[in-house]
Amino acid sequence: MAVKLLGIWQSPFVLRVKLALSLKGVEYEYIEDDILNKSSMLLQYNPVYKKVPVLVHNGKPMAESLVILEYIDEIWKNHPLLPEDPFQKARSRFWAKFVDDKFVPMIIRMLRITSDQKDNAAKETREILKTLEGSLDPNKPFPEDKSLSFMDIEIVWVGYYTQMLEKMLDVKLLDDENTPLLNTWFRVVLNLQVIKECLPPFDKLVAHYTNFHERHTTVC
Amino acid sequence: MAEQQQLVLLDFWASMFCMRVRIALAEKGIPYEFTEEDFLNNKSQLLLDMNPVHKKIPVLIHNGKPICESSIIVQYIDEVWNHKAPLLPSDPYAKAHARFWADFIDKKLYQIGRNLYTTKGEEHEASRTEFLECFKLLEAELGDKSYFAGETFGYVDVSLIPFYSWFQAYETYGNFNFEHECPKLVAWAKRCIKNKESVSKTLPELPKVYDFVQHLRKQYGIND
Repeated sequence: MAVKLLGIWQSPFVLRVKLALSLKGVEYEYIEDDILNKSSMLLQYNPVYKKVPVLVHNGKPMAESLVILEYIDEIWKNHPLLPEDPFQKARSRFWAKFVDDKFVPMIIRMLRITSDQKDNAAKETREILKTLEGSLDPNKPFPEDKSLSFMDIEIVWVGYYTQMLEKMLDVKLLDDENTPLLNTWFRVVLNLQVIKECLPPFDKLVAHYTNFHERHTTVC
Repeated sequence: MAEQQQLVLLDFWASMFCMRVRIALAEKGIPYEFTEEDFLNNKSQLLLDMNPVHKKIPVLIHNGKPICESSIIVQYIDEVWNHKAPLLPSDPYAKAHARFWADFIDKKLYQIGRNLYTTKGEEHEASRTEFLECFKLLEAELGDKSYFAGETFGYVDVSLIPFYSWFQAYETYGNFNFEHECPKLVAWAKRCIKNKESVSKTLPELPKVYDFVQHLRKQYGIND
């Protein structure tokens, strides 16, 4: 097939790309890689980072989910993801980078958090979510399947994986007093059909990362 | 008809991120005002208002609207002033390739480079190794081309060339020699300075940046 996506089921970065391809109705072959035993295809296509997602289009590979998203938006013009206006485009890119620079390291930290560090880390996570809430326009209607954008793809997975962390670690992160608009936004958007179809199964995700957490916090 | 444009750049002379924006603006021949921020000691209210999320420079204020994050600003400049000196290629795959390497530079160089002059012992050694590995990857990517995209100065060159002004500082605190480790990159940097006025007029002198790093270390309480 002309489009291949190398991924792992649990990755939010792969999820972003799946969402973009799904919204544009692009047919692709999905290839599940193994994080503990990376395929030679992955090592060949992404020698710099050796990570998924990798999109291969007509034999040409590219890596890094935000780079891939912009490429997908340029090649398949239906259901545009980025706004046309350069300032709004810059704003979408800004919030995508915010999520990558602030939220991603926080998840990585939470997946290895010990019980004595948990409360502090939870507090910091709520602060990041509060800042992220500032990206939402309270006067704008919630997105629907047909209007999901680059920014929506960027933010929606934060909600899902935060819910996972809450379940896994028994900690409050999506606090209605702290981020009422963001929490409502997550509830609405995570319920959209096209989103639900791409999300990895919640219980499987919780089980997978609970196991990860246990392995990384067991003191020998 | 020329639109009334008001451009203000919140800047700091030693920041490689600010240099990227100044180079891009110079490439496009766009006039602008700039304000030198006292970034280390006393951030201006304008900066805090225009970049409340990160409180960092550079910030480009275009007709009153702020754009933050240097890579995003450079892409914005390229899109708005698209009639001259295009920085990103028009082919989507080549564009993705350029964005990938600019992102690599963003993710790796600043933080690891910072470790060279702020850490000691094992952490320093690990950073030194990783820093040189990053530059070797960039050297391999450049290859025998004049610039990263081929014959034309572009987005990846803009992203990387400001780091050249920090080379003396990196060499001293990393204890290595760039000419020895990545000769092609050094030749590329000199080519950029020689051929591109936007670069030669923007980059500060290497010893001046080195003095600044020494001053930073004193501020952080790091002794030799």
